[in-house]
Amino acid sequence: MKSMILGGLAVLALVAPAFAQGSLTVYTYESFTSEWGPGPQVEKAFEAQCGCDVKFVSVADGVALLNRLRLEGASSPAEVVLGLDTNLTAEAKSTGLFAPHGVSAEGLTVPGGWSDTSFLPFDYGYFAVVYDTQAVQTPPASLKELVEGDPNQKIVIQDPRTSTPGLGLLLWVRAVYGDDAPQAWEKLKRRVLTVTPGWSEAYGLFTKGEAPMVLSYTTSPAYHLVSEKTDRYKVASFSEGHYLQVEVAGQTVKGAQNPLAKQFLQFMTGPGFQDAIPETNWMFPAGKTDKPLDPAFATLVKPAKTLSFPPEEVAEKRKAWIDEWLAAMSR
Amino acid sequence: MNAPGITLDQVGFAYRDTSFLFDHRFPTGKVTAVMGPSGAGKTTLLHLIAGFERPRSGRVLIGDTDVSAMPPDRRPVSMVFQENNLFAHLSVAQNVGLGLDPGLRLSTQQRTAVSAALDRVGLAGKKQRLPRELSGGERSRVALARAALRDRPVLLLDEPFAALGPALRQDMLTIIDAQRRERNLTVLFVTHQPEDAEAIADTVLFLEQKGNSLSGNAGDFFGPLGPPAFKAYIGMAHQKLNRPAPPPKPT
Amino acid sequence: MTDRRIWAGWTALLFAGVLLGGAFAGMLFEVLRSGGSTGGFDFYLARITGFTLWQAVLSTLVSVVPGLIVARALHRQESFPGRSLLLGLFAVPLALPAIVAALGLLALLGREGLLAKPLNAVLGEPWPGIYGLSGILIAHAFFNMPLAARLFLGALETVPADQWRLARQLGFNARQTFRLVEWPPLRTSLPGVAGLVFMLCVTSFTIVLTLGGGPRATTLEVAIYQALRFDFDPARAALLTVVQLVLAGAAVALLGLLGADTDAEPNLSISARRFANGGRVQTALDALVILLALIFVGAPMVAVLWSGLQADLWRLVGENAVRRATGVSLALAAVSGLLAALLAWSLAAARHASRSRFSRALFGTGASFSLVVPPILIGAGWFMALRETGQVFTVAPVMVASVNALMAVPFALRVVRPAFDAAAARHDRLCLSLGLRGVNRLWLVDWPNLRRPLFTALAFGMALSLGDLGVIALFGSDALKTLPYLLFERMGSYRTADAAGLALLLGLLCLALMLAANRLGRDREPA
Repeated sequence: MKSMILGGLAVLALVAPAFAQGSLTVYTYESFTSEWGPGPQVEKAFEAQCGCDVKFVSVADGVALLNRLRLEGASSPAEVVLGLDTNLTAEAKSTGLFAPHGVSAEGLTVPGGWSDTSFLPFDYGYFAVVYDTQAVQTPPASLKELVEGDPNQKIVIQDPRTSTPGLGLLLWVRAVYGDDAPQAWEKLKRRVLTVTPGWSEAYGLFTKGEAPMVLSYTTSPAYHLVSEKTDRYKVASFSEGHYLQVEVAGQTVKGAQNPLAKQFLQFMTGPGFQDAIPETNWMFPAGKTDKPLDPAFATLVKPAKTLSFPPEEVAEKRKAWIDEWLAAMSR
Repeated sequence: MNAPGITLDQVGFAYRDTSFLFDHRFPTGKVTAVMGPSGAGKTTLLHLIAGFERPRSGRVLIGDTDVSAMPPDRRPVSMVFQENNLFAHLSVAQNVGLGLDPGLRLSTQQRTAVSAALDRVGLAGKKQRLPRELSGGERSRVALARAALRDRPVLLLDEPFAALGPALRQDMLTIIDAQRRERNLTVLFVTHQPEDAEAIADTVLFLEQKGNSLSGNAGDFFGPLGPPAFKAYIGMAHQKLNRPAPPPKPT
Repeated sequence: MTDRRIWAGWTALLFAGVLLGGAFAGMLFEVLRSGGSTGGFDFYLARITGFTLWQAVLSTLVSVVPGLIVARALHRQESFPGRSLLLGLFAVPLALPAIVAALGLLALLGREGLLAKPLNAVLGEPWPGIYGLSGILIAHAFFNMPLAARLFLGALETVPADQWRLARQLGFNARQTFRLVEWPPLRTSLPGVAGLVFMLCVTSFTIVLTLGGGPRATTLEVAIYQALRFDFDPARAALLTVVQLVLAGAAVALLGLLGADTDAEPNLSISARRFANGGRVQTALDALVILLALIFVGAPMVAVLWSGLQADLWRLVGENAVRRATGVSLALAAVSGLLAALLAWSLAAARHASRSRFSRALFGTGASFSLVVPPILIGAGWFMALRETGQVFTVAPVMVASVNALMAVPFALRVVRPAFDAAAARHDRLCLSLGLRGVNRLWLVDWPNLRRPLFTALAFGMALSLGDLGVIALFGSDALKTLPYLLFERMGSYRTADAAGLALLLGLLCLALMLAANRLGRDREPA
C-alpha cells in the first residue's frame, strides 16, 4: 500500500517541476518536524506534488507558535501556520495576521463538525486520564469518580498557566461541573501528586511510577502498543465524556499572496498528509486516509460524548477560570 | 655543652622526586645559621623539627624526647615564617595573645604579659592595629613577640627578615639575640644573608645540593680557612646581590 | 589617565547593558505599540513574591551551609583517590536540565524510589515522596550545594600554607581553626556565593512546579513565563522581572552587610601547599562528610546514568540529529564559555583597578543581576526590537551565545576574581617597576597565573550553556537545535528512553569538560 502511494508520488514528482516553482514557509511545532514526526513524510509528499520547496520553521509547541507570530507581527515570513489548537484560534484570529483558508472542509470529520473559515483542522484527540494497570485495578469510570476517589491514589496533572493539557483539564472540569468547578478542584486537589509545567514532565513522572495516573490523551496507549508492544498503560473512559482538542492550520495574510499556501492546505485534507498523522503525531486524522489505522487505534477509548467550549468563550474566560483554579488549588 | 638541644637522627624525607637525609645535632642555647642554595632542604629541615612534615625514617629528638610523632603544637618549638605570620583580621594584641590561648580567653595577667611582650619589641603604641596597618618589620616583630610569649625552648626562623632593610634586620637580630640569652633558646635560623649569620650565629649548617652538608663553628666558616664550597656559595650570593663581601670579623 | 583595565570592565558592562537594555527596550516598544496592561501588583503577585522569597532563602541556606562544610572537608583532605573526579562531578548538575535532575532525585526519594521501601517500613505508612517545599529544597540543594562547595573550596585555597602551619603550631582545635583561619576567607566569599545561589533559586521554574506539589508553590519566574506565553503581556512580564530584580538586589545588598572586605596580607606563600592532616577523628569526620556529599550528589547521577544505559546509546550517538545537536551545543557552549571567561576577566581587572567603592561593587556584582532576568524575556525583548528588521534569524545564534555567556559571567567571576586579586597583589608592583604592561604582561604574568581559574571559568561557562534551554526554546529555529532541546523533543514524543540516553550524554560531556579544564589548567609540575 505504502509503496503504491510512494510510487504514485514519484510519478507526480517527475511531472510537477515542469509547472511549479517557488517555496513555502510553514510554521509549526517541533514534534511535527522531528524525524519521527509527520513533517519529513509530509514535506516529501507535498514537494513532490507542487515541485516547490517547503521550509519548516518549528518552535516548542502550539502556544509558542502563536507567540512567535505575535512577536514577528506582519513581518513574519510565515505563510502557513500549522499546529494551533482550538483553544488558541480566537486569539490567533484577533491578531489580524490570518486570511481565510478558502478550502472546503467537506471531507474532514471532526467531532462536532467544522465551520471555521480561518482555520482548517488536520487532526484531533481527546484529553484523558491514562493509568498504569499494574497499579490501578479499578480505574475511575467518570470525572466524578476521579474527583471523589481515594486520595492515596495519585494523579499528575499539568499547570493550565503553562501547558495545553493543563488548560484542557481545566476546561474539562469546567464543562462537566460548570460553576461548581472550584469545589471539584478542591476535592481533586487531594489526589493531585504534583502539577508540572508541561506534558513531558508529567508523563515522565508517570512512566517512572511516581503516580499511577496522569493527564494525557486517549491516543497515548496507542504509542505504547505500537512502539513498545505493551498494553500496560490504558485510558480511563469517563462517562461524562472527554474534552476535545482539535489541531488546526491556516494561511497568513502574507501566505494568501502565495498560491502554494492554499495548495498546501488543500493537500493537508487529503491522504498524502493524513496518512502520516496517526503513527507520527499520535492523534486521530481529521481527513481521509488511504491506509487503515493501525488496529491499536481501534482498541482506544471512544468518548461517549465530546466536550468542548467555543474558542471565543475560552479566550474570554480563560483568565477568570485560571484564577478560580489557582484559588481552589492554593487553599 | 649541655644535653643535646635538637637531634636529627638519620631522618629521611622525600617530596616528589627529591629525597633528603638529615643527620645533625644542634646545641642548646646556641644560634645556628642554616644556609645553602634553594632546594637544598633548609625549609624542610625546619618543618621536620616543627612537625609540619613527618620523617619517612629516622627520629627527631628535642632534648631527650623523641618528637617524631608529636603534633606541632605539642613540640617545644616556635617557628616564625617569612610571611603570613599574622591573621589579617585580628589585631596585633590578639595575634600575640593566640600564643597563650588559641581561644583568646585571656586572663588579666595574660593580657599584661601580651602588652609586655609587645613593649619589648617596640610596638607599645600599636596593640590595636590590624596587620595591614603595620610595616613589614613591625609584622615580623609581632611574630617574635608571640614566639617570646609562648616561651618554647626552640625557636625556628625561616628567612624572617628577607624583606627587611639592613637597619631593621639589625634590630631583629638584636631582639632574637636578647631572647636567646634571656631564655637559653636553641635557635635555628635560615638565611641567605651572610652578614646576618655572622652577626649572631654560633654555628653554621651549610646544606649543599645533593644532600651534602657541612657544619662547624661560625667563626671558622667565615674565617679565611672556611670551607671552599661555602666560600663559593656566599661569594656567589654576594655577586648576585651586587654587593662587596663584608670584611671578616670574629664572633 | 584612565587605566586600560577599567575600560575593559566598562566594555564588559556595556555588553551586559546592551543585551539586557535592548531586551527591555524591545518590550517597551511593544507595550507602546500595542498597549499592554501590567495587571498591577495584586494579591496573587504578593503571594507568589512571598513564596519566591521564602523558598529562595531556605534553598540558599540548605545549599550554602552544607556547601561550606563539604568545602572544608575537601580542603583538608587534599589528596585522596578520585578527588578531582569528585570535583568534576560537582559541576555536572549545572549542565543537567532541571527535569532530568528531578527524575534522578525521584529515582531515590520518590514514591517509587529506591529508598521508598525502607522509608515505608520506617514510617509504617506509604512514603509520600518529596512533593512540596521539601522536594524543592532537596532539588535546589542538589543543584547548588556542589556549586557552593566548589566556590568555597576556591576561597579556602587562598589561605597561605604558612597560616595553616601557624595554626597547627599554636595548637588550634577544629573550632579555633575554623574561626581564625577558615572563616575569614569564607566570610569574604560568602555574600557572593550566597547571592549567586539565591539568584539561581529565585528564578527556579521547572523544579518549583514539578516538585512543588501544586500552584501554592509558584515563583515569579512562573508568572513571567505565564505572562509571556499564554497571556502574551510583555508589560506584565517586564514588571514582574523588575520585581524580581528588586528582590535580588535587596538580597545582595543584605548579604553584602554580612561579609567583610578583609584584604589579606598580599604575599601568598609559594611553597607547596602541603600540611599534615588533623587527627584521626577529624579525618574520619571529613571522610564521612565527603561520603555523604558524594552520595547526595552522586546517587541521582547514578540514576541518570542507569536509565541512560537502558537507552539504545549506540543508535543514539549514530543518529545525525544527535550528532548535529551535540555539535551545535558544543559550538555554542564554547563561544559562550570563552566570552564568559573573557568578560569575567575584564570585570575582575576593572574591579581591581578601580578605586571607588561604587565602581568596585559595580564591576564585582553588577553583571550578576543578569541571572534574574529570565532568558526567555531577553529573547522575547530582542525579538520585538528586531522584528522590523527581519533579521531575527540571522542574529539568533549570536543572541543565544551572548545570553548564555552573560548568564555564565557571575559563575566565571566567582572563580576568576579571587585568583586575579591575589595574582595582582603579588605582581602589580613588580610589573610596574619592570615596565611590564599590555600584551607583555598579559602573556608573561597574567596568563600563567590565571590559566587555571580561566580554564575553570571556561568549563563552568560551557557546562552552564550546554544545559541551557531558555533562549533557544523561544528562538527555536531548526538550525539551533541543541542537546537539551533534542532531549525535550524526545521526551515530548513519548521517547523517554532516548531522552534518558541524551541526559547521560549531556552529563558525560559536562564531566569531560570539567576534567579537561582541570588538566589543561593544572600548574606545570615544578622541575
